[in-house]
Amino acid sequence: MYKTFFSSIYRFYLDGFKEMKLGKKLWLIVAVKLFVLFVVIKWLFFPNVLQEHFKNDKARSEFILNQLTKGE
Amino acid sequence: MHIDPSVTDWSRAQFALTALYHWIFVPLTLGLTFIVAIMETIYVKTGDEWWKKTTKFWMGLLAINFAIGVATGIIMEFEFGTNWSNYSWIVGDIFGAPLAIEGIMAFFMESTFFAVMFFGWDKVSKRAHLISTWLVAIGSNLSALWILVANAWMQHPVGMRFNPDTARNEMVNFWDLLFNPNAYTKFLHTISSGYVLAALFVISVSSYYLLKKRDIQFAKRSIIVAASFGLIISLFNLTTGDDSARQNALNQPMKLAAMEGLYNGKSRAPIVAFGILNPKKSYDNNESEFLFHIDVPDGLSLLGFHSFDAYVPGIKQLVLGDKEHNIESAASKMAKGKEAVAALKAYKEAKAKGDKAAMQTALEKFNANAKYLGYGYIKKPADLVPNVPITFYAFHTMVTFGFWFIVLFIAVLYFSMINELEKKRWLLKAALWSLPFGYIAQEAGWIVAEVGRQPWAIQDMLPVGMATSNIASSPVMVTFWLFAILFTALLIAEVKIMTKQIAIGPKEA
Repeated sequence: MYKTFFSSIYRFYLDGFKEMKLGKKLWLIVAVKLFVLFVVIKWLFFPNVLQEHFKNDKARSEFILNQLTKGE
Repeated sequence: MHIDPSVTDWSRAQFALTALYHWIFVPLTLGLTFIVAIMETIYVKTGDEWWKKTTKFWMGLLAINFAIGVATGIIMEFEFGTNWSNYSWIVGDIFGAPLAIEGIMAFFMESTFFAVMFFGWDKVSKRAHLISTWLVAIGSNLSALWILVANAWMQHPVGMRFNPDTARNEMVNFWDLLFNPNAYTKFLHTISSGYVLAALFVISVSSYYLLKKRDIQFAKRSIIVAASFGLIISLFNLTTGDDSARQNALNQPMKLAAMEGLYNGKSRAPIVAFGILNPKKSYDNNESEFLFHIDVPDGLSLLGFHSFDAYVPGIKQLVLGDKEHNIESAASKMAKGKEAVAALKAYKEAKAKGDKAAMQTALEKFNANAKYLGYGYIKKPADLVPNVPITFYAFHTMVTFGFWFIVLFIAVLYFSMINELEKKRWLLKAALWSLPFGYIAQEAGWIVAEVGRQPWAIQDMLPVGMATSNIASSPVMVTFWLFAILFTALLIAEVKIMTKQIAIGPKEA
């Protein structure tokens, strides 16, 4: 029963993709865009600064508190 | 804190660029999903195959816009972690809940019901397909709700408390966050403006067909649905705009003053219908505010406070203070802010020493001044004034186009009803060329909302200069131009694919 259910969902999506005309070009754009965003841009240019530089939340809190009170 | 000011400027420029480009795609999706749902409902009710064809055509254009626009917003989340790490840490707990709900909702709605909507014709029952289409419309709009709840919190922070041990805002009451008056006002005004844009889009494309004398019946039917929808929503948008102005009057009076170029506060304050600002004017000189202006008497008092007699503070009063109207000066707020910062430092140092009595004293002092914390980082009172010309002209551009759309919808609907729209080529041309105005109005609205609240990243709590990361500006510059190229390429792709599909027309839908 589960097999039939999941295979019918699989067929639904597969047929949908196969029958697309304009959609194929759109999916290509989506795929290229997601690759550029998540692999190239995120990986190369957008590290999570606090995650990378500090081991745990305690260290991150201390850093931000120091930043907030540095001028005093 | 010693953050390179150019990092702040480049980070702001990058965020503005990504947000403005993202907002080219989003409002059309928000509105077109509803228009498509209405058209499909007519098809299911009447069984008329024409309506199915009409629905499928607009659904195709929706698919193009959705595919090109999807995930463009995720870039802003990248920027939070890299360029705005201080801000991200400080707001983390507050943003976590709404953005997580948005992420889950968007994923499930988009992967499930979008698929049924696009692939499900003739594979599921008419009723199931219609339900999916409505769920896409409702889901994508609810998805916007959570983003706007987060944005509204930055404009009017409620439902939280700042924890001096972790340097984070912690949610105290989720419902205060959700029912923040700024949140539902912003949500309704933003999504309804998206519906207006979608109505304009349908009317504009349909007008093109009528001007070309092709697909006449299709275009006429589409116009009637879009103009009716657009007119109702535009009138609703007036009321939500009024609510937005009222929220500004109550919580962000500086933004309201900048929107109207109001330097000197007054009772029975007029609203500027049209005006040219005097570039020499500042809050601390006696130059006149405008080179030329046409006012609506008492309009701003009515808009901001729903009373003709209400006093509306100007930029001068908000900076220098006004005892008569109980307005605290910027200098006083800055002094209290510095006390809050000093108390936070004293608390941190007492904690390091394990001195509980000193911790308690510092905490009490901090709590007494906590709502002024952000003012402790402001260098001079003038820094509290946003860019008045940008805010003023953006606001008036948005309002002018908003009224124009109402006139356009009424005219198009009237001539459609008496079956003379095809003969009114001037009106069809006006409708065709009004579409860019819709996009300009959309962007202008966000410019008012965001430029008008400067210098704050979180109102009264965190100025943008404190919110940025302590990083070099060169990678931010590089990614600014990278995004500019990427988004421009996406926009060109959208326009090319969309115009090609429009040229093919509904025959192959």
